[in-house]
Parts: sequence; C-alpha cells; structure tokens
Amino acid sequence: MTFDIRLGLAIAAGKLSALSIRRLGRGGGTALPGIVSNQLDADILDKLAARIPGGSIVVAGTNGKTTTSRILAEILERAGLGVIHNRSGSNLVRGITAAFTEQVSISGQPSGQIAVIETDEAALPEVVRRTRPRLIVLLNLFRDQLDRYGELDTIARSWQAMLNELDPDQTVLINADDPALAAISEDTPAKRLTFGFQQCEHTLDHLPHAADAAICRRCGASLTYRELYLSHLGDYHCEQCGYRRPDLDYGATDVQLNGLDSGSLDLSSGDATLHLDASLPGLYNLYNVAGAAGAALTVGMPDWVVQAGIGEFKAAFGRIERVEYHNRNLVLVLIKNPTGFNEVLRTLAMSDMTDPVMIIINDLDADGRDVSWLWDVDAEHLADVEAPLFTAGIRSGDMAVRLKYAGIASERITPLGDLDGAIDQFVEAVPEGHTAFILPTYTAMLRLRELLHQRGVVQMFWEQ
Amino acid sequence: MKLTICWLYGDTMNIYGDRGNVMALAQRARWRDIEADITTLGSGEKLDPDAVDIFFWGGGQDREQIPVSQDIQGEKGTVLRQTLEDGAPMLSVCGGYQLLGKHYHPYGEDQLPGIGFFDAWSEAGPERFIGNVVVESERFGSLVGFENHSGLTFLGPTAEPLGRVRVGRGNNGKDGTEGCIRLNTLGCYLHGALLPKNPAVSDFLILAALKRRYGVEELQPLADDLEMIAHQEAVRRAEVTR
Ligand SMILES: [Zn+2]
Repeated sequence: MTFDIRLGLAIAAGKLSALSIRRLGRGGGTALPGIVSNQLDADILDKLAARIPGGSIVVAGTNGKTTTSRILAEILERAGLGVIHNRSGSNLVRGITAAFTEQVSISGQPSGQIAVIETDEAALPEVVRRTRPRLIVLLNLFRDQLDRYGELDTIARSWQAMLNELDPDQTVLINADDPALAAISEDTPAKRLTFGFQQCEHTLDHLPHAADAAICRRCGASLTYRELYLSHLGDYHCEQCGYRRPDLDYGATDVQLNGLDSGSLDLSSGDATLHLDASLPGLYNLYNVAGAAGAALTVGMPDWVVQAGIGEFKAAFGRIERVEYHNRNLVLVLIKNPTGFNEVLRTLAMSDMTDPVMIIINDLDADGRDVSWLWDVDAEHLADVEAPLFTAGIRSGDMAVRLKYAGIASERITPLGDLDGAIDQFVEAVPEGHTAFILPTYTAMLRLRELLHQRGVVQMFWEQ
Repeated sequence: MKLTICWLYGDTMNIYGDRGNVMALAQRARWRDIEADITTLGSGEKLDPDAVDIFFWGGGQDREQIPVSQDIQGEKGTVLRQTLEDGAPMLSVCGGYQLLGKHYHPYGEDQLPGIGFFDAWSEAGPERFIGNVVVESERFGSLVGFENHSGLTFLGPTAEPLGRVRVGRGNNGKDGTEGCIRLNTLGCYLHGALLPKNPAVSDFLILAALKRRYGVEELQPLADDLEMIAHQEAVRRAEVTR
C-alpha cells in the first residue's frame, strides 16, 4: 500500500486535536477531530473505509442504534476481531470520521479488521455512500421529537433511494415488524434479510398515540395487526390488497421479560435456534438483541460467540446505566422521544416497583425545545405504579402536570425544579440499599453525569 | 352531569401533543364528578350538534389540512358555524384556527376556504415562528404556550384578539395580536399543550358547556398548584429563550 500524504496529514491532525481536547478537559473529544480531518482531506472517510479488510456494518434507526451497534461490536470483539467503532455515540459523518481517524495508523492502516458504524437517520445515505458497507442494519423508524415532525416521510424516502442504489454484493438486514422498513426495502438490488418477533406474549391492544398510523404502502388502506408488540411494530397485513409482513430470516420466539433487569429470546434461522439471554430490560432492547444477533450471524459469527457477547453485554452510555451512589443503586435511562419514553414507562409499570422515580425534562435544542411531546407520551402507564414520582429539570413543572393529568394523585408528584438542587433531594428520598430510576432527556443526562462526576461517582464516557 | 368532548379530525390533525387539551378538558370535568366522554369526528362523518358539548380542533401539516378543508365545506361547515354561533365552546389551535376563519392560503397551493366563523384570514408566510410564547389576555390573564407556524393570520375589523403577545410573534409577527375569541370559541397558535398549563381557559370552556346544557352558573374550584408551577416556569422560560 502506498503512503497517501494528504490522508496521513489528515489523520495526524485529527489525532492531535482529539488529544488536546481531552487534555483541556472539554468533554469527550468526539466530533471536533472529525471536522479537522475532513478539512484536510474530504475523502478521508471513503479512503479509510475502503482499507478495512472485513468491511463495514452500518446500524441505523430512530431507537436502539447505539445499543445495537455496541452489542454487535462486543460480539465481533469476542470473536477476536479488532473493531473500529464510533463508540461514544457520535453518529454524524464527522463523528464517524473522527472515530476512524483515531483507529488507524498515521500511514492510514486501520487498526481493526471490521467497522461497526452507528449512524444518525438523516446521515445514513451519505454514510452508506462513503463507506460502502457490506451490511446495513435498519432497526425502526419512529417519530422523533416535535421539532422534527414531518421529517419522517423525508427520511423514509431518502432511505428508500439509498436502498435502491445498493449493489447485489451488499446486504440489508431490516426489522420486518416495522411496515415502513419492509416497504422501502422491497425493491433493493441488495440481498435483503429480515428479523422480527415470531411469537411474544407481550402485546398491545391498540396503536399507542405516539405511533404513526400504519398504512399499507401498496394500496393506502390501514394495516391490520395479528399481533402488535411495540409502537407500530408487529405482525401486520393488509386486508385490502393482501400485503403482509415478509417472512422472517431471523425470527424471535419465546420472548421473555424478566422484570427490570433482563430478558431472553430464542432466535430461529432456518432449522437452527439460538437461545439468547440479555442483561437488558424492555421489549425495545430485545428488538436490539435480535437485530445485533441477526447481523452477527449474517457476517458469519459462530453461535457461541453471539450468545456470549449478548450475555456479557453491559448497556451503552446514555441508554441504561447503573450507578452506586450513597449506598443507593441508581438506574439512569435516557428518554429521547415519545416512543422510547413509552417503552421505559411500560417496563417500569410491569415491575410492581415501589421505589422513587425521577423524570428530568430539559428543553434545550438536543431535547426538543417544545415540550408538547410529553403529551404524546402515555404517562398513564404509571397510574397504577405505587412509586413516588419526582420531576426535575428546566421543565420540571410540565412533567409534573403531565403526570397529574395521567390520573396520578398530586400528592404522589413532587416537582423539584432545577436539576442541580434536585439530585440530592431525590437521593435522600430513596431508602438506603434500594434501587431508584432516573429518566433524563439528553441534555439532562449530560448534566446529571456531570453532577454525579463532581460527587465522585461516574467515569466519563470516553474512559470506558 | 355529563360532557361530550368532540375532537374534530382527531385522526389526522393531532400533532404537537394537542391531545393534552382534550385530556385537560376531560380530567378537569371528572375531578368535579362530571362524566366526560371523548369522541372524534373525521372526514365524511356527519356532525350532530346536539351530541357535542365542547369541541377541540387541532393542527396538522398542510397536506392533512387540504382534505379537511374540503370536508368542512357545505352542510357540515354550516352546521358547525351555527353551533358555535349558538354558543357552543371550542378551542382551536393552528390548522383548526385557520379553518375557522374565512380562508387559508398555503404556500404553492390553492386557497382553502374556511367556515368564516372568525372575521380573519390566513396565508403562508416567509418564515416559521418557533418558540415559547407569553400572551396577555384581558379575560384570562397571562397565557403560555409554544408557537410553531409559518401561516400568518390577520384579524378583520370585527374580530377580537385572544390577547397581546408579550413574548413571541403571535398571529402574524406584525400587529402584536395572538389568537381570536368570539362568543365561547377560541382560536390560537399556542401548543404546549395549551390547556394543562392554562387552567383558566379549560374552566372557561367547561363552564360555558355546563351553562349551555345544564344552566350551571359556577364551577367547583380545583387545586391548581402544579399547573401554576408549570405556568410560571413557562413564563420564565419564554423570557430567557426569546
Ligand atoms: Zn394494501
């Protein structure tokens, strides 16, 4: 391989700026190095991706992309592969470029054999074009926060255009329980594989309010669900034109939730069935497990490696995190949109918990500036939960009112206001030795980690 | 006593957490031991004015507003206008508000006729107004919400604005007005959702409905501590974000 001077310079500049940002203590140093590198060599991502011997796997979806890509990276590493991965959740082109520059030598030689790239929904077409992945994993498409309403159609169309331009030697693995993903991947020249739930006793009676109406993309009629599992995900068909969910290449059966801590499923492909235990709560995480396992099997990972990787996996930054603090076990769960929030509440409600819960709502750009979205959340899930409920953050009052109108008695709701003052008050309300749940929006999660860090409890995420 | 709340076009015009308004009306009735039913009325369905006590009409994307504008023409729109003129209470937000006026002209599309209940008209504007809003209303005091609209609404000489914008852009960004009020019907651009954080408006609509059907003159008061915390928080937030 010849030495590409511009590429070498770009990588060196990217590495240096990552180093100096960390020395200055400014945060994770995840995006700026990518900007620096891109300025020096606009094709750097394309060039680096082409040099990875085992190719790239791209993971996208509104919910679960961080968890899924991390499980997948864990499995691949367990198989002895060096994995290049944008680990800290920087999932725009420049964050991905930064992750690549950090994990190659100055001469542009990748330090890993395979890449797992978590990508933002809007960035997916460009990331796919530039990295030419061997496998694209599509998890789901949900409405995101309010400021982004109406973008869903645009994203679905851009994904469809991307899928239609793939080559036959590429593979897409889609969650077939999402009717939109099934529809937009129908005509792709790539090899299409599917995963989904074949059988699961946890079903919904009707589409949640936050879900978009499920419409048959062939004829426009409303889809009928034989089973509905989560938001608009399920086993559907169209009574008017006969369209139905595609057959599952990886079908999950015996999907089990074990309280707030774990779950399991059997993943069938062909005649083989693989039992998977995961230390992750909630149906939404079992979808992530099925997607990651399907992806790992698709690229040839042996069964036992998949099982072990999933069994040992610990939740990713910002999604679910357990922290010991003052002899309490705090479980932090990021909430970022109505569907994710709904599933967290549903999981809490299934657990008969009595220990306090704190919901922290901010309204900065990354959270969604309009808190109207709280009214698209089914907070009614908590109406029968005994736990005392605390709210905090910039929009503490809005969340308190949302809980009240969900039918929860005002006496059970305590708005604590500003997070900086709220954290200690909340922890005091938790009996020693008990577990308490904290549900922050994105910027609230960042501030919460800072506050806990100041109190000496959390390692910053890039130190993991 | 029982109130029936009708969510007009609730299946398609339901963005931005607008269902919070319907929930607020129903819960504040139930907390006073008044039964509350929620119904929706969609395209192609006939309006029976005697079966409804309070209307809610929310917003939608332009693409959803076009078929609704067609559906509300003719007898259905006439019946709705007469019902409102007879004093039936309604809260309308954004798209619903625009269609209560004389017409709405979306960008690059034909003009959509409204039902002409408000002396007002709307047209697509060049920029989108997005952010927290505080309105001062003679009748309700301060109102808080979140605006997110590029349609501009202009009030005619006989129209009364809901209030004056203290923070934010309001009906059109020019004349300082926000919303419109006529008889017991309100129109505005305030999401948030509006009613949970502005309980005086909820109670105005509920009382108007009870008066109309049962001759009730006043409402049992409720403890609104949490609502007021959220209201004050929203006022402060508007002041620092715009
Ligand atoms: Zn069909």
